[in-house]
Amino acid sequence: MKIDWIKKSREGVQIKNGLFYIDPIYPVKNAVITHAHADHARPGHNQIFATKETIEIMKERYGANFCEKFTAYDYNQNFKIQDINLFFAPAGHVLGSAQIVINYNNQRVTFAGDYKRQYDPTCLPFEPIKSDIFVTEATFGLPVFKHPDANTQIEILIKSIQKFSNRCHIIGVYSLGKAQRIIKMLRNKGWMDTIYMHGSLVKICRLYEKFGIDLGRLEPATVKDKPEKPHEYYKGKLILAPPSALSDVWSRRFPNPILGMASGWMTVKQRAKQRGINLPLIISDHADWHDILKTIEEVSPKEVWVTHGSEEALIYACKKKNIKAKALSIIGYESDTDI
Amino acid sequence: MKRFSELLLNLIYTSSRNDKITHIMNWISGSETEEIGWGLSVICQELEIPKVKSSMVKEISFTHLDKYLFELSYDYVGDMAETISLIWPEKINKAKKFNKASLPQVIKDLKNITKNEAPELITNYLNNFDQNTRWTFLKIITGGLRVGVSSRIAKIALSKSFNKDINEIEELWHAFNPPYRELLEWINGKTKKPNVQNRAIFRSPMLANPLEESDYKLINPSIYLAEWKWDGIRIQLVSSNGYVKLYSRTGDDISKSFPEISSFKFKQSFSLDGELMAGEIENPGTFNDLQQRLNRKNPSKEIINSVPTFIIAYDLLILDKIDLRSKNILERRKKLKTFLNIGKFPFIKYSEEVSYRNFDDLEKKRLKCREDFNYEGLMLKLKVSDYQTGRPKGPWYKFKRDPFNIDAVLLYAQRGHGKRSSLYSDYTFGVWKNSSSNKELVTVGKAYSGFTDKELVRLDKFIRTKTIGRFGPVREVEKSLVFEVSFDDIQKSKRHKSGLAMRFPRIKRIRWDKPACEADTLETLEKLAN
Repeated sequence: MKIDWIKKSREGVQIKNGLFYIDPIYPVKNAVITHAHADHARPGHNQIFATKETIEIMKERYGANFCEKFTAYDYNQNFKIQDINLFFAPAGHVLGSAQIVINYNNQRVTFAGDYKRQYDPTCLPFEPIKSDIFVTEATFGLPVFKHPDANTQIEILIKSIQKFSNRCHIIGVYSLGKAQRIIKMLRNKGWMDTIYMHGSLVKICRLYEKFGIDLGRLEPATVKDKPEKPHEYYKGKLILAPPSALSDVWSRRFPNPILGMASGWMTVKQRAKQRGINLPLIISDHADWHDILKTIEEVSPKEVWVTHGSEEALIYACKKKNIKAKALSIIGYESDTDI
Repeated sequence: MKRFSELLLNLIYTSSRNDKITHIMNWISGSETEEIGWGLSVICQELEIPKVKSSMVKEISFTHLDKYLFELSYDYVGDMAETISLIWPEKINKAKKFNKASLPQVIKDLKNITKNEAPELITNYLNNFDQNTRWTFLKIITGGLRVGVSSRIAKIALSKSFNKDINEIEELWHAFNPPYRELLEWINGKTKKPNVQNRAIFRSPMLANPLEESDYKLINPSIYLAEWKWDGIRIQLVSSNGYVKLYSRTGDDISKSFPEISSFKFKQSFSLDGELMAGEIENPGTFNDLQQRLNRKNPSKEIINSVPTFIIAYDLLILDKIDLRSKNILERRKKLKTFLNIGKFPFIKYSEEVSYRNFDDLEKKRLKCREDFNYEGLMLKLKVSDYQTGRPKGPWYKFKRDPFNIDAVLLYAQRGHGKRSSLYSDYTFGVWKNSSSNKELVTVGKAYSGFTDKELVRLDKFIRTKTIGRFGPVREVEKSLVFEVSFDDIQKSKRHKSGLAMRFPRIKRIRWDKPACEADTLETLEKLAN
């Protein structure tokens, strides 16, 4: 299929000679943004088009001046940029995450952004949209990745907290999406204890609550204002922190903690071991290999383009199913380093 | 099998040594003797399954899995057992016979199987285990366990579980093969201590610590004797009741690889500690020469003739069934010298002492140790010390020659295996080759170590963002990062494009600050090799 109105450029994927860009890495005039993770949603663009949740999260993270102008849309609300028709469809990745569905020249191209198919109580589930071209990520695009049901991992976490009641658990989580998903899943399982948080997680949790997602009792994981020594106070407690804080001096204020990490990468044992992780939890906000293939089947595109991740395997698997596929190899999305 | 898998998982994810010991003790307390024996043999990496090889497992995988996807996955995960265990299609209804098989049952099955029956048996186990047990099962076959437990830790857990002296266990350990039945029955209190006096067993060697600057003041010729540190491999030669065994430093039986030594008919019983060298006593070869003889199970006559080996002996542990290890080193070496003088063995040379006046004099000798013969440095041994197992601090020091250092440019990177799996941690580097018309970078070596985990994460990111080309699993990167590379030795070699082969290159420092054009030249390296 000939598509000459989409090109790859230094900034990312470019539509109609720079009319707008998808998740651009450098500042541009018009940016359409799939979701608010920092590598996809960068500040400094002239105008931003995104879902209203994504706009709110960007405001919270980058301040009110994160762009000159923005327009927020609901899911499935049609809008136009010049003569190009677009709408956002739920991607199931994090709150506000969207696929960008573009209709132009009698062709439909869907940019899935980052997405997953597993249950997530904090965002709408992914909606497969029949398309001519499906642009997908391949963060976990290898058959070794088969994420277990996240509920089983939440159960492992609860059991570990109960078993090691004289130690505290510090779990490394992404501050946007993963943290709130885990909290909500714990609450849905009836685990209502106060959850303590690294400072960098607080803002986004509050924002999720504004959007009506009740996360229960949350408190900052401070030590100075507590009546007892940290060792005593945090016994049997759960603390969430960004992954980088696990190896930081920050985590040393909590004596003898059990270090956990919630990530799809925890599938690889030696990778978990190398990070000094005692409790690996395979919880991912990305589709695993099997879900990527299932999604492609449902979208039933004539062609698949892969933005980032393990492209080779996915392209090979598409070709075996007689679907044309190619890699866009976009550099700048941190698919492989997001442990 | 499931319980043992759980133990291995607990060990992987535990960093504290004491917690690891506790995990092993918990497992021991709920296991039967036979299971303990086989399990420990897996942890200590002493179990051998001669009929089933990694390559066989790989082939079986190809009949069930797509070959190309398997290769991509293996490259990513960096571990064969883990890759197959993850990628293997999960069967819903598991057969109890395989799913509930015990560890001894599985190992016996693997040991007794014929080559023709093996694929079916392995497939049955893979189909019916869960993912973690598949991983354990495959690790038993492929080896390379990497759960962060040394055999020492395993033995400590054993000794604590049964309240037995760890040194007694160490001593007897090497006399038995997995599952160490007689040893465990004695530990269990069922039988008397087995008598191993008459066997040509390996005894754990005494190891040296590097001499640090703070130790220099201790060094004095009246207290420490000095010997050259020979550039071969550490061995133990044991003769008992007509049996002759040559062991590597870790207790592997390498007798068959060196028939010129192990076929000799010794009249006495003894156990001798020394260095295996290439060449002849009067004309020693280099470590490079010796490498042609290592890992060859059945060396040909030609190679034995062209690269003969000999031993430089520096210590004597046993002579005529008398254990000399509690005697001091001067006495032991005196006995060794007399023994060698009388025996006149054509392939054993006594390691002479190096005399020195004081530390400064010794330091001068060390700095010159590359000059007349390529010694690896000096060994310093406390004159009043007995022979102790392990690496006690104080009695033995190694005082190595300085490594060479050069600045090289990172050219290619590949994902690592094992501990470094899925991160770009194998680096190929090069130096500048000047010709009349232009300047180009030529590959001179590869390094996998010397950096911290933090640096590795930064390097991995650098490689991912600076990739300019891909050749299968190899990434070519922008030629902009300089490594300060250390290596022990460099020699001319026809095998490498640059004409040079480095010994143990490792990254000393990452020079984020240094421009690539200031890296070293091939000429500089060639001078070092001369």
